[in-house]
Order: sequence, then C-alpha cells, then structure tokens
Amino acid sequence: MVEIEKADGSEDYQISFLRQFTSARIGIGSSGAAIPTKPALEFKMAHAHARDAVYSRMDTEMLTDELIQFKLPVLALHSKATNREQYLQRPDMGRSLDELSSNRLADQITNNGIVIIIADGLSAAAINKNVLVLLKLLIPRLTDAGYKLAPICLVEQGRVAIGDEIAAELGASFSVMLIGERPGLSSADSMGAYLTYQPKPGLTDDARNCVSNIRTEGLALPTAADKIFYLIQESLKRKLSGVWLKDNQGLLNKL
Amino acid sequence: MAYQHTIAGRVYRFNNLKGLLAKASPHRSGDVLAGLAAETYEERVAAQITLADVPLKDFLADAVIPYEQDEVTRLIIDGHNKEAFQIISHFTVGQLRDWLLLDETDNRILKNIEDAVTPEMAAAVSKIMRNQDLIAVAKKIEVITRFRDTIGLKGHFATRLQPNHPTDDAKGIAASLIEGLLYGSGDAVIGVNPATDSPAAVLNILMLIDQLRQQFDIPTQSCVLSHITTTLELVNQNAPVDICFQSVAGTQKANTSFGIDLDLLTEAHQATSALNRGTIGNNVMYFETGQGSALSANAHHGVDQQTCEVRAYAVAKKYKPLLVNSVVGFIGPEYLYDGKQIIRAALEDHFCGKLLGLPMGVDVCYTNHAEADQDDMDNLLTLLGVAGCNFIMGIPGSDDIMLNYQSTSFHDALYLRKVLGLRPAPEFEKWLIKQGIIDENGYRLALAANNLLKKTKGLWLK
Repeated sequence: MVEIEKADGSEDYQISFLRQFTSARIGIGSSGAAIPTKPALEFKMAHAHARDAVYSRMDTEMLTDELIQFKLPVLALHSKATNREQYLQRPDMGRSLDELSSNRLADQITNNGIVIIIADGLSAAAINKNVLVLLKLLIPRLTDAGYKLAPICLVEQGRVAIGDEIAAELGASFSVMLIGERPGLSSADSMGAYLTYQPKPGLTDDARNCVSNIRTEGLALPTAADKIFYLIQESLKRKLSGVWLKDNQGLLNKL
Repeated sequence: MAYQHTIAGRVYRFNNLKGLLAKASPHRSGDVLAGLAAETYEERVAAQITLADVPLKDFLADAVIPYEQDEVTRLIIDGHNKEAFQIISHFTVGQLRDWLLLDETDNRILKNIEDAVTPEMAAAVSKIMRNQDLIAVAKKIEVITRFRDTIGLKGHFATRLQPNHPTDDAKGIAASLIEGLLYGSGDAVIGVNPATDSPAAVLNILMLIDQLRQQFDIPTQSCVLSHITTTLELVNQNAPVDICFQSVAGTQKANTSFGIDLDLLTEAHQATSALNRGTIGNNVMYFETGQGSALSANAHHGVDQQTCEVRAYAVAKKYKPLLVNSVVGFIGPEYLYDGKQIIRAALEDHFCGKLLGLPMGVDVCYTNHAEADQDDMDNLLTLLGVAGCNFIMGIPGSDDIMLNYQSTSFHDALYLRKVLGLRPAPEFEKWLIKQGIIDENGYRLALAANNLLKKTKGLWLK
C-alpha cells in the first residue's frame, strides 16, 4: 500500500507537501479559477523553449569544422522537405533525400562499415548541444575495437528512416542515426539514437534499437555512449537489430 | 456511383462516394499526406456542393469500404435501423443539415435517428456544416450514461482526472490524484495511462485508486488505460476493474493494428459488465479515438480521416460506453497541423459522436510540434463547453509528464464551469460539498486541502 507521510506531523495540511512525490505541476495554487501568473508564465516559457527547438537550425558549419577531429569525411545532405513547415506535414519527404544529396552519395566509395548519421529531427538544438560530446566518447571506442567507419553524414530536415537510404547507398552494414527528439515541455534538447543492422529502405521501427532521452538531465551522455557501444557490438555479433535484440547490458555487467 | 458538378465551365468529377467525401473535407494535413484532399479551394467547395445533393439512400448502396472486406462496415450496415431511417430517408445531405438545424428538431427527435444515421452520413453532413452548426446541433443532444454517477446531463460538465506518472510511481500518481480531487476533478473517471502495460503493474494502480475511492466513498469510477487484453486478464482474476478501456479505429485493418477485433471487444464488454460494480448504471466501457489513426496504421482504404473517425464511433456504440474520448490533438501536425485544424476536427468529432448517440468527450490537446498553444486550447475548450461536451481531461498544470503532451488543466475545467454556469456530475458535486472542497455555488473553499487531507490520515499512515 502507498504510504505518504507528512514530514512535520502537524495538523496543517498544505497541498504543497505533495510536490515532493512527482514532477507534475501540482500545488501551483490558483487566482480565482485560473493558474496564478508565475506558474502560468513558467509554463509559457517551457513551451517557448520547445517551440524554438522545433524551429532551430542545425549548425552544420560548426559541426563540420568540429567533426574534422575524427579524421573521417563529412557529407552535408538534405531531405526532400525544403522547409520546416513541409517537414512537419510531410513525414514522407523527411524520409527521403533530395536529388543533390542522392548524387553526392552516389559518388562515394562504398565500404561495409558503420555509418554515423546526424539529423536535426524535431530538435536541431539537441544535436547542436549533444552530438559532439557523444561522438567524442563513442568514435574512439569504435575505432579501438577495430570497426570500419563510413563518412559521417549530416542531414537537414531529416527523419529516422532517411538513414536507411543513406546507409544503403554507402554500402554500410550498420547505421547509427543520432537525431533530435520531439521536445517535451521540460526537455527541449533531447537526442535519440537509432541503431539498425543491415539498413535498407523499407525497414520499420521494429528493426531498430533506440536509445532515447539522451541529454545531461536525462540519460547522461557517458551512459548513452556505453549503451550505444554495447548495442552495436551485440548487434554485429548476433547479426540482427530491433525487437529481437534486447538490452541485457545491465545483466551482463553483473556476470 | 460517380458524381459531378460544373463550376464556370469546369467539370468536377468524383468517381465514388468515398472520393467525394475526401474532396469535400475541410482542409487538414492528414488528407493531404494521404493524397486524398481537394487540390484547390474551388474543388473543395465544388465537392461540398455536390455532396449536399447526394441522397442519404446512396450511402446505403455505396459502402466506402466493401462489406465483404471489413467488419466495421458489416457492423454499420447490419446495425442500421431501417424503420427509424424512414424519418430522414427522403433527404439529401444538404436537406439533412437544414433539418438538423430546425428549432423543431429537438433532443427527442434527434434521439430517434441515432441508429438511422450511418457514420458516413454523419461525416458527410458535418463536412458541409460550419463550426457554429456543429455546435448548435450538438448542443441539442443529451447523451446520459451512468456507473456510480450520472454523466452528460444538460447543465453539467465532467472531467477525467488523469494523474499520470512516467514510472507509474504510486505516490506520484496519488499526489496528482489528490490535487485533482481538490480541484473538483474526476467525475467522469479517474483514469491513469500506465507506463508499463503488464497485469501486475496495472493491478497496482487499480488497487491504489480503488482503495482511495472506497476510503472516501467517492461516487466515481476508476480506469487504468491498459490494452484490453491486459484488462481482460485482470477482470478474469476478479481485480477491481470498474471501466474497461480500449483505443478503437474505424477500419478492421486499423483495429487489427491495435491488436483488437469486435469479438475481443464483445468478450471484454461482457466480462467487465459481469463484475457488476456500477451502483446506478452499468456503462462499463471507455473508448478513445482520434482522426488520423487509420492513416497512421496504413489502414484507411483511401477514406478521408474524418470519415474513418466517425466509423470508429460505430465500433464504440456497440458496447454502450460510459465515455468516448476523441484525443484530437495528440496525433501530431502531419494529421492536424495547427490550432484551426485541431479545433475544427474536435467540433466535428463531438458533433458526429453525439449525433450517433455517444457520450462524447474531447481531449483538448496539442503536441509541441503542432502550430498550437494554450490560447487555441482555451478557444476549443470554450467552444466545446458551449456545445455541451460531456467531459474533458484534468491534468496538473496542463502538462502530462508521462505522455508528453499538453491537455486541459484542473483549472481549465473550473474556468469553464464558472463562465458557462456548468456543474459537476450531481452525485459527485454532492460529495465535493460534503467534503468541504466546494460550496453550494461551486466555488472552491480555501480550506479544501485541509479538509480533505485531514481525513486522508488513515490512508497515508506510515
């Protein structure tokens, strides 16, 4: 049974003591029937952050400069969605490359390594903030383990499945898609990682493993890097990904 | 059957009823995504003018999804009341609209046709109605359901208390639940979306709500919105299941993607009814729907999303539900792009549901990637209150921390009751007064928290 104890044991029951049990917006008081000014504006600011994140742009220039450190070619690509408005209404266009990008990929030398794809998704802000930190943790481990890496791809107006087309074009045997997640009211900068073995167009989400809520206040970046590295290893070892590959890392660590 | 209309020398041809319905639909992103929407404003209005002249009888001859292929179509056709249809069988869609709007067409008359109007007829007439028509007609219709209290009475307005928590933490759920009660929320149902859909996890939440409800003798019902197979398993173990929940859609294929069919719904409905937990009625089902669900499951058969939605109401109706909730803005901007589309869709859903005799509520909501904000929700909330919507959601500060979307707050319901003079469900209102949470005029009492929490001592003893 649930037991909620009142801290001071007094008879003065204020609702605010319930706030310790949940991050829900309880105990915010009221002005008449309405939400008081301060919490009303706090809510509005949280929504503003989420909205700004949806419309944020991926800083491809900064990312391209910084990605040089990994000594891999960097390809800047774009989906068929020409702007945010179209991106939001036509997920199909966000899942497929524009002509210029397709041509650029066709010119690449293929290898059967791991391709890392970075896409803005629904929060470019999440990518601008988190992706380099994550790659600094992840790429050295992949190279140390002897994995071959394909060029890093930066995709504007991209959705998860666009990675299948890119990976297939590059002949990659595995894809790591790092993408901005749909912003929540208190998490405008959350990044997701979608891992796919033998990516090819037409796959659905059950063929992928997802590590989500990657951000400082959520799944911390070092933990996320561990998890992604583990899943890549397992996936390549067992030659599959998705619902058939369970995250048993916690269990394995204990053995 | 093909239809056509000529505007200034240009012939608009529509190959069948389903194509005509799609082209006549007010603009929304989901129909564009599906490649079904009218390409110009003129084409859309030409389709509406054409649709207005279509006899209602045509809808019985030209099923939008073939009878042989789809059990929802079979449910609609086999359940059609031919005798009641005599009242409206001579109308075209346009004449139906005019008749619905007549002052003489009152609640009693509208009740007589609830089994005569098919979902496709309701969808069709809604497409040629303005927002004010959707409000005016829906307002006339009273749909009353009962379990432990009475929901849907004119002049009353209920809420589902939705105390979700991202990890189903019992104290977290209880904290939001108590706060909600203190705002007079929860007369429609106390309903939790579980983060984990396992029988054990769901049972824990059920026990929590049930214990609280019994301790305070609250005249309401509880529900954990797990998949129907999970609920059925719990019902069969005699767990305290008041209300059985399921999301439903308007095509057999979409329902298959939800892991359900009509037989499973029937089994769950019968099993839950047999628990006999209702005190003043036995409406035991709670259904959720939403435009775009069939398309997102790639199961729309070329039928526009609003028509698919109304077909889902035929599914719901078979089981005499306590509550039906259109979760209108949850699905995202690729189906309903902005506040305008969400508001329009919600008014259509409420109207069509009421016309078919359903106890309609609406989750007045949006996601962060939709072009909408709290002002749009205030507009919609107020319009639905005027239209006589049975219930909305009640969520702490509008922010559902489990499902990550924004819906109506506990405060929003108080606002609506205040500006429109609406009251909670009568049994629940009496309880709120007895507990010292509100006064006879519906105003919250300053000592509400003290009054209730003092009494919770027994429950919360460590």
